[in-house]
Amino acid sequence: MSSRLVNWFKFSSPSTFYPLAGKIGFWSMVVTVVLLAVGLYMSFFVAPTDYKQGEGYRIIYVHVPAAWMSMFLYVLMAGWAALGLVFNTRLSAMMASALAPTGASMAFIALWTGAFWGKPMWGAWWVWDARLTSELILLFLYLGFIALQSAIDDPRRADRACAVLAIVGVVNVPIIYYSVIWWNTLHQGATIQIRGESSMDPLMLTTLLIMTLAFWAYCIAVAMARVRSIILERERETTWVGEMVKEGRA
Amino acid sequence: MKEFFAMGGYALYVWGSFAMTALLMIVEPILLRRRKQAALARIRRIARLQQQR
Repeated sequence: MSSRLVNWFKFSSPSTFYPLAGKIGFWSMVVTVVLLAVGLYMSFFVAPTDYKQGEGYRIIYVHVPAAWMSMFLYVLMAGWAALGLVFNTRLSAMMASALAPTGASMAFIALWTGAFWGKPMWGAWWVWDARLTSELILLFLYLGFIALQSAIDDPRRADRACAVLAIVGVVNVPIIYYSVIWWNTLHQGATIQIRGESSMDPLMLTTLLIMTLAFWAYCIAVAMARVRSIILERERETTWVGEMVKEGRA
Repeated sequence: MKEFFAMGGYALYVWGSFAMTALLMIVEPILLRRRKQAALARIRRIARLQQQR
């Protein structure tokens, strides 16, 4: 069967997506554990010591992946929310809601590890500069999304309100990304360039990439687990959920 | 070994960062597991109530 013949809309139905999400979530968790084991080993024992920041630079291996994920997840969340708003597909909105807490957690990790990196290198836990402030706003956008979702009783109405919030908030993502270029900031510029040479030791770069993939896999795994719970909660009165739970397939 | 944990004098900062990351990445799956079990328990309870009627 040609891949073009796959009906993608089939998976927009919660009943077909539920078991698929289970499989994706399980294997993502397996990949996460393997990549984290390799990545953490490399972070501490393989990657060389930085000539300027000594061992302190090793924070990069959690700080950068978390910061990247916090931005990717926001765009992804807004994308799902927009799809839900346009096509009125209920699964899209559930996907958006499933991403928000993980995105908030990633933004929090980025800020926390940033503070623990800023203190020894800049001499301050926190400064109100463009990069840090825009990342803090990202955390507040995630928290606002979660709060709005739980403040409206009717889930479908909550989805629409949250979708608007998520879409408006997307403007913040390029601000975070370009903040180090647009404004004078304490935060260093991008070390990894998509085009051209990266100014990083190849072993450090490999370690960072493995940790980033581990964070990707982790986010996929938890998002899939959460979307399954959301499906169970929202579709609890449907026959398919009832039968699935009765037969022990959930 | 002692040298490894000292992280060249950056112990607080390096371990503070990795510990918070580890904490969140362990707690989140645990909370998700509980959430799913709570959802399943609720569905089973409703099914039982409907059978009794």
